[in-house]
Amino acid sequence: MDFRLGERGEALRTEVRAFLEEHLTDELAERCHRTGVAHDAGFVRAMHEAGLLALGWPEEWGGRPCDPFDLCVVEEELSRADAPTYGVSTTHMVARAILRCGSDAQRKEIIPKAVRGETVIVLGFTEPECGSDLAAAQTRAVRDGDHWVVNGSKMFTTNAHIGDHVFLLARTDPAAAKHEGLTVFLVPLDQPGIEVQAVRTISGERTNITYYRDARVHDEWRIGEAGAGWRVLGEALQEEHSTGFGASMLRMLEAAEGWARTATCERGRPRLADPGVRERLGRCAAEAEVSLLLQRRAAVMARQGAVPAAEGPMSKLFSSEALTRAAEDLFAMLGPDALRSHLSPTAPEGGRVEHALRFSLGTTIYGGTSEIQRGIIARRGLGLPR
Amino acid sequence: MDVGLSTEQRQLVESFTALFAGASPPSRVREAEPLGFDAGLWDAVRSAGAVPMAAGEDAGGWGAEPLDLALVAEIHGRFLAPVPIVEAQVAVRLLARIGTPSAAAALAAALAGERTVTMAVHPVRDGVARLVPAGAVADDALVLDGDRLLLVPAGGPPVENIGSMPLADLPLGPDAETLAAGPEAAAAHEAAQDEFLLLAAAAQVGIAARALEIGVGYVRERRAWNVPIGSFQAVAHALADSAAAVDGARLLVHEAAWAATEDPGRFAELAAMAFGFATETARDATYRSLHFHGGYGFTDEYDVQLYYRRARAWAGVCLEPRAAYRRAADRRYGPAQMEKQWTFA
Repeated sequence: MDFRLGERGEALRTEVRAFLEEHLTDELAERCHRTGVAHDAGFVRAMHEAGLLALGWPEEWGGRPCDPFDLCVVEEELSRADAPTYGVSTTHMVARAILRCGSDAQRKEIIPKAVRGETVIVLGFTEPECGSDLAAAQTRAVRDGDHWVVNGSKMFTTNAHIGDHVFLLARTDPAAAKHEGLTVFLVPLDQPGIEVQAVRTISGERTNITYYRDARVHDEWRIGEAGAGWRVLGEALQEEHSTGFGASMLRMLEAAEGWARTATCERGRPRLADPGVRERLGRCAAEAEVSLLLQRRAAVMARQGAVPAAEGPMSKLFSSEALTRAAEDLFAMLGPDALRSHLSPTAPEGGRVEHALRFSLGTTIYGGTSEIQRGIIARRGLGLPR
Repeated sequence: MDVGLSTEQRQLVESFTALFAGASPPSRVREAEPLGFDAGLWDAVRSAGAVPMAAGEDAGGWGAEPLDLALVAEIHGRFLAPVPIVEAQVAVRLLARIGTPSAAAALAAALAGERTVTMAVHPVRDGVARLVPAGAVADDALVLDGDRLLLVPAGGPPVENIGSMPLADLPLGPDAETLAAGPEAAAAHEAAQDEFLLLAAAAQVGIAARALEIGVGYVRERRAWNVPIGSFQAVAHALADSAAAVDGARLLVHEAAWAATEDPGRFAELAAMAFGFATETARDATYRSLHFHGGYGFTDEYDVQLYYRRARAWAGVCLEPRAAYRRAADRRYGPAQMEKQWTFA
């Protein structure tokens, strides 16, 4: 048993850190914070030029070989630095689903652009009335000659205001069973039938609600068979279930440690000397370690060709809940100064703990709430009845 | 990262699982209460090499890695085996580390199976080593008094306790023998504390994992309102939280054990983290499992109470979780040395 990253992993880590050092400037971080958009065309272009976007893609598609575990290390570095890569994540998630379930023509059109960072694809799964019950989608797509006509609305279509396509789950056969009547399309966003409205969130991230009123998509942009949407979606979401927030915890922990080393109590003693502060930091460090290990374990399983059916959800569940608990606790630990907002000049450690508190809330919700994850673990991991 | 076990490690797990499954069923665990010791089982475990495996080959042992010992400790926790395996293993490693002639003599007797040696975990107060694990059944206990490492006669009257562990308070009398003194003795004892935390953490993982299995088995069978109670989210979701925590605790224990030889600078920190986290995990898993048994969980008849009690006893024997996290922070940041300076400023 070996807990080392391995030479390749270490080399990649160094490479990503050097890249972030150069390209993730304070100015860019500030702009992402002010706009709430975790995507930046210039930054993505630089990632492409540095060869980072191609990681993990097959060589025939211009990719750069990288096993799932080393990729996990790259993800850790990007989220530890809070790099604006959400647009890349959704685009690549969809491109991978197209690689598995799409037609040759679709692959040729989309994958090279995704690998080069030349397109942004957003997720159109959940709806105002769906939440995590994605198969309850009511947005309709009706065949009209060579096209489909889409009517309905999609919630949390983050980056739809800057995206090229939405990967849209629509009901094409209302008479079929809930999971059978769904189809997935890649719908161009730049058309009169689609309206994008901003939705602001507590973390400052901008997301959107998108409305579809007789929006059109050519049948050649149907991904997979009509009625096979649930399976295509499963391919895409496979990955989302193996996410983790250990690196986000480390980012917050570093900020709290910075505070503890520099802030002092009334008598001038560093707060790090306080046993209560030590206990809280020690707990956060332990739970960050566990979060990283659970995520890496799921990646190791993927590398070995196993499906982390319960292990991926364990990573997502534990790390998001731990991040939320730790953010509450460290926010309280910082005392009144914790109130000072992210990036305001007087905020301790740039207000990173304040930001982590806001950011943590979404992590237990998007990508399947903690309740969804617990249900999967209970059934697939523990064999409990539904 | 490779989290798989080697062939030898899998064989080790299989052989100790077979040993405890045969010789330490719940009925035997119950018979060994309240003392928490089964002399026959201890003979069998020693015959299997559980003590000599822990010492290095140069010290006359078999040179098992800390990870091997952690694997055995997890199985020990899983079966609640009433034998002082963790205590004896850490003690022989401490004796080997000390290396003085008197320590070497004590080590030889322990490796030969002539004496059972344990170690005190809590600091001596008023001339008494308190709540020494296995202190009631061992022959000798290693006790740090100031910077002197003593070999103290054990086998004192057992202190009845929630975990049915063979604990004893051992007074440091004139028959205590000094094995070593000075900073090296204190440092060796400190390193043994880290190893004790690691192996106790592994035992907690075994306790938590088995308690979770017992709970899952129960809620799949037990029916209320015509359905298995495991189909209720209030039940299933809490068990799912424990399942994630148990896996995480085991990974952390294995990482700490790996670090003992491969990343020694982080070992002490990771061992303390592992104990804190594994103890909280065992605390929650045993509580939930017991609670989902309903009233039956509260009776002596069901095995889950055996696990509930020991999960809490290990915390008392070593460290409560918050103290473990403080210890982890002390190893991570260095001791809060400025304390004195600022207090008297």
